[in-house]
Amino acid sequence: MAAEGSNSIDALGQFQLHTTLGAVGASVNFTQSNLMMVVAGAAVLAFLYLGMRPRAMVPGRLQSAAEMGYETIMSMCTETIGGHEGRKFFPFVFTLFFFILFGNLLGVFPLFFTFTSHIMVTLALSLTVFILVTVVGLKEHGLHWFSYFVPQGIPVALAPLMVLIEFISYLSRIISLSVRLFANMMAGHVMLEVFGSFIVMLGGLGLLGYFPAALSLGVNTLLIGFELLVATLQAYVFAILTCIYLHDAVHLH
Amino acid sequence: MDVASAKMLGAGIAMIALAGVGIGMGTIFGSLVTSVARNPASRDRVFGLAILGFALTEAVALYALVIAFIILFV
Repeated sequence: MAAEGSNSIDALGQFQLHTTLGAVGASVNFTQSNLMMVVAGAAVLAFLYLGMRPRAMVPGRLQSAAEMGYETIMSMCTETIGGHEGRKFFPFVFTLFFFILFGNLLGVFPLFFTFTSHIMVTLALSLTVFILVTVVGLKEHGLHWFSYFVPQGIPVALAPLMVLIEFISYLSRIISLSVRLFANMMAGHVMLEVFGSFIVMLGGLGLLGYFPAALSLGVNTLLIGFELLVATLQAYVFAILTCIYLHDAVHLH
Repeated sequence: MDVASAKMLGAGIAMIALAGVGIGMGTIFGSLVTSVARNPASRDRVFGLAILGFALTEAVALYALVIAFIILFV
């Protein structure tokens, strides 16, 4: 909410976690972040179950949406990772994509919380992907996997430096994957909070403030639309980067 | 200069990185328009890559924002 005086805007207070669900929640430290993760998981399951229940040859809207979700992720996996391997990783990429997508989208609604706006959550997801990719690479190729860090066609004198650079850029995938999602979600919600505070602060100025407050309300509405786009886009980018990293692990180039 | 002012200045200077991001964004969508103009049939395929490129470039802008926030608040 907007700050105590009308001097500063409390932009980051919305991300603070409190325990929900009364005394039961307080005993296990069940925060609104956990609650939204449960809601997002239940929403994905409900979407798929209710979407695929009709089983019509000519699908209605919900079945069509569920089938399109399956189809886009399946084609993303098989095209990016390669035919046979893509199918193996499809459940993981599907779960990842829809968990992040529903988490991002549910956060746009008022009074809901975006659990992906915390670096710990996105770091956990990013570390899961990183460890999966490394383990898959090592299992697939054994010690030959380390040749991934030696790019082809370089002069031998440059090799040690190039290996170091490649290794550091490989490790930086953890940071880039997590910070991209975290920063997009946090920045979006900070913007919504700031423009919402403008509305309240301008409205408090009396009759002269009503017009700029209405303008600020318009900007906030457009920002919500932009947030929906960014939510979908960031989930898609996370999923497709996971597929690209898996392709690198499986094919070593 | 006291620490609070230095923090404000640091956060402002960190935002200079957005110049590069702006140029990158313009390049991505400029080349999208050029390639669709040359070959209109490739529009759907190229659009997907352009959106991927947009998201990755936007991420760099947000890294700069995160550094600014760290300077300001940590």
